[in-house]
Amino acid sequence: MGATVLSNDELLRHADRAMVLAQRLTEWIAHAPDLEEDMALANLGLDLLGQARSLYTLAGAREGAGRTEDDFAYLREAREFRNPALVEQPNGDFAATIVRQFLHDAYAIEWWTARVDGPDPDVGALAAKVVKETTYHLRYSRGWLVRLGDGTDESHRRTSAAVDALWPFVGDLFAPSDAALRPGFDDRVAAGFADATVSVPAGAEAFTPATEPSPLLVELLAEMQSLHRAHPGVSW
Amino acid sequence: MSDNWNLWEVFVRPRRGLDHVHAGSVHAPDAEIALQHARDLFTRRGEGVSLWVVRSADIVASDPGDAGELFDPADGKDYRYPTHYELPDEVANM
Repeated sequence: MGATVLSNDELLRHADRAMVLAQRLTEWIAHAPDLEEDMALANLGLDLLGQARSLYTLAGAREGAGRTEDDFAYLREAREFRNPALVEQPNGDFAATIVRQFLHDAYAIEWWTARVDGPDPDVGALAAKVVKETTYHLRYSRGWLVRLGDGTDESHRRTSAAVDALWPFVGDLFAPSDAALRPGFDDRVAAGFADATVSVPAGAEAFTPATEPSPLLVELLAEMQSLHRAHPGVSW
Repeated sequence: MSDNWNLWEVFVRPRRGLDHVHAGSVHAPDAEIALQHARDLFTRRGEGVSLWVVRSADIVASDPGDAGELFDPADGKDYRYPTHYELPDEVANM
């Protein structure tokens, strides 16, 4: 292993990103607009959960302290999570979930594509599969973004409101080492927004991460971790 | 789900060289979403290499009440099967 592999901090940032968003998506189960979207959103969540598992397992192996994927997911405190704040944001209505997903996917496709031939061979091996998954996720979220944004007056209004509410979290998606990904992201988002007839809010103030974990994440983890903490080592 | 969500019939081709086979149906507002729904519902476990979706309303179906006149006349007509005919011994390979 050379010095150019991703740090465990970086691995966990992306594992946490995928896992927190997976948890949010599964909150839609039995609540989506129809059975088909229920399955579609759950499928996205399952793909993301699979990505998180692989990254947690890799982080655990490199750390060499015997921590498993479950230890990372279930036994860390909220302050130890490194996910960008975008993926914690509540599901809101279907438009908000779609806008959150589109912004996430536009970032994720750039990040994973850069990993395919990147210097970290373990992450690169994973990336080949994840790029395919993420390409589909983007097709799904972009497709709905355009339908909702360029749909009825009501769906346009809701989509625009979601863009206004979520845009401030875009800057926080990018770690300092991600700077090279930003132009590709901006092009994708601009094209998607143009097709959806929505625009980036002018003068939107960027979200600044607090030193304390957000109440949203604390609540999400409390629910996700409660079973495991009540019954240590529980499995199916 | 609003009124503009139509029903679409889904056909899955299990692998190259086989035919598309009817797998079920999905609700969707348009063809692209129908295809995505079909993908999410019917190919989660590697069931297919190709999908067709067809608006259910575009399928012309036979009336179950007509089964007598449409299908029963095929009964008892063994001569329509190749196995009905005895081959002469001289025809070795056919």
